[in-house]
Amino acid sequence: MSENYVPSSKFGKWFNDRLPLLTLSKHLTDYPTPKNLNYWWTFGGILTFCLISQIITGIVLGMHYVAHADMAFNSIEHIMRDVNYGWLIRYIHSNGASMFFLAVYIHIFRSLFYGSYRSPREIIWILGMLIYLLMMATAFMGYVLPWGQMSFWGATVITNLFSAIPLVGESITTWLWGGYSVDNPTLTRFFSLHYLFPFLILGLVVLHIWALHVPGNNNPIGIDIKKPSKDTVPFHPYITIKDLFALLIFMIIFSGFIFFAPNILGHSDNYIEANPLVTPKHIVPEWYLLPFYAILRAVPDKLGGVVLMLGSIFILLALPWLDSSKVRSTVFRPLYKKFFWLLVIDVLALGYVGAMPAEGIYLLIARVGTIYYFAHFLIVLPLLSRIEKTEPVPLSISEPVLGGMLKPEMARIDRENV
Amino acid sequence: MNKPEKKGNRRDFIFTASYTVGAIGIGATLWPLIDQMNPDTSVKALASTEVDISQIEPGKSVTVLWRGKPVFIKRRTQEEIVEAQSVNLKELPHPEKDQDRAKKPEWLVMLGICTHLGCVPLSDKGEYNGWFCPCHGSHYDTSGRIRKGPAPTNMEIPKYTFIDDNTIKIG
Repeated sequence: MSENYVPSSKFGKWFNDRLPLLTLSKHLTDYPTPKNLNYWWTFGGILTFCLISQIITGIVLGMHYVAHADMAFNSIEHIMRDVNYGWLIRYIHSNGASMFFLAVYIHIFRSLFYGSYRSPREIIWILGMLIYLLMMATAFMGYVLPWGQMSFWGATVITNLFSAIPLVGESITTWLWGGYSVDNPTLTRFFSLHYLFPFLILGLVVLHIWALHVPGNNNPIGIDIKKPSKDTVPFHPYITIKDLFALLIFMIIFSGFIFFAPNILGHSDNYIEANPLVTPKHIVPEWYLLPFYAILRAVPDKLGGVVLMLGSIFILLALPWLDSSKVRSTVFRPLYKKFFWLLVIDVLALGYVGAMPAEGIYLLIARVGTIYYFAHFLIVLPLLSRIEKTEPVPLSISEPVLGGMLKPEMARIDRENV
Repeated sequence: MNKPEKKGNRRDFIFTASYTVGAIGIGATLWPLIDQMNPDTSVKALASTEVDISQIEPGKSVTVLWRGKPVFIKRRTQEEIVEAQSVNLKELPHPEKDQDRAKKPEWLVMLGICTHLGCVPLSDKGEYNGWFCPCHGSHYDTSGRIRKGPAPTNMEIPKYTFIDDNTIKIG
């Protein structure tokens, strides 16, 4: 095991005795990983890539961007037209944000499906949710920087959410703006914080991975396994190569957006410079925030809408304690599996109506969707985890694998044969 | 050491005193870091604007920028004034008399900001012939009062004075 690792070279030993970096690297390569991890488990690596890619392109963009209300919009066009490869770097950065969120949503739903948030992995889950919150804040502030119409009015609407707080709301909003409306002071502070937050995310990612390496990975059948054992493989080369392959596929899709449809996820109004006198006809946030926007608009009361929207995110922090089922993986929870997919459809539907005007049928769908979202976590999940009859869970990973499929029936037949 | 916890001894006093001084020191250090984000003096200095209103025809309005926010100055027609003044206050989500909102009935001066989430409402739109906010569907009447939709209050009236018949000073 890596704890007793002694480097072979004399210098390595000397160095490792003073700073055990080689022990850490040995731990990372040998790290015993369940051998049945599927491709849904490759998104951790993909997300790490996304974060590093955003940081590198962001630092480069920061060299050419001017954070001033009079110059920001033009400096973006300067990047797009004059800076060598500026268009490429900016398109990687702007589409990278979308790809980052695409990957994080898959990562979160993977955790939901396989019960990766359950004991003993609550801290990993909570750290992940904090990362997700910081990601949303970072993305929102980044979207303001080009100082287009959507930037300006998106910033106005989101910062105004704070004015819903009783008594101190107005003072908080003024404090956030540094004025009486979104203006130059708002832009400069958003730029400063947009530069800072990714490094906070990076710090949380280190803690997220550290917390993961204490209990080890969950796996598709959600059982505790002995480590290392017949059920595990070393992280390198088995998982590194699988993660790399998945990353390549991901980068092909990413490149497709960058080179063939770089603006398809953006909004054309953001190519009009910010104008505090004219609100665009239809304000929409970036696609990855749409489900929450739909919840905000579903409530006909200002404070109520804000509370429900924030609640829809913070409710996820309590998830490990809302689910008390004896088995982790939804594979063995036939009834819950149906509700899980209902939740997926629900969130997609909320995202769709979030992009539509808040009236008529869309408003109705948003309201029904909001009710189900909360009912799923507050009623269905706690209730079902107590009353649902789950299917038998295999004793080890090898059992169903040797049986040829993930069906628990096969696993039991196998056990009887042995 | 016979009765150590009965009364705080001199060391406890030193601890408490140190924590207190430390907390005050941290607070005094944090405050400038927090307060620097509040509006600075140059922003506050732009607190008032004078507007020439002589060119505005009845039924038309102009929008001027005051403190980075749009202000609507509307010269209302006789029908609009009557409509605004004849509303039963009990029907209003945020009851205010039109007489309290417009110093001269002909002139409505108000912040053109939807009280929901800060968009600029469109004029002469909506179910009450006043303003309509395209963001989340709030309807305002000819006095800028909220009638329908998610906005909690009427559009705000800024401080303003008539310097003479043709000039308004906002702020």
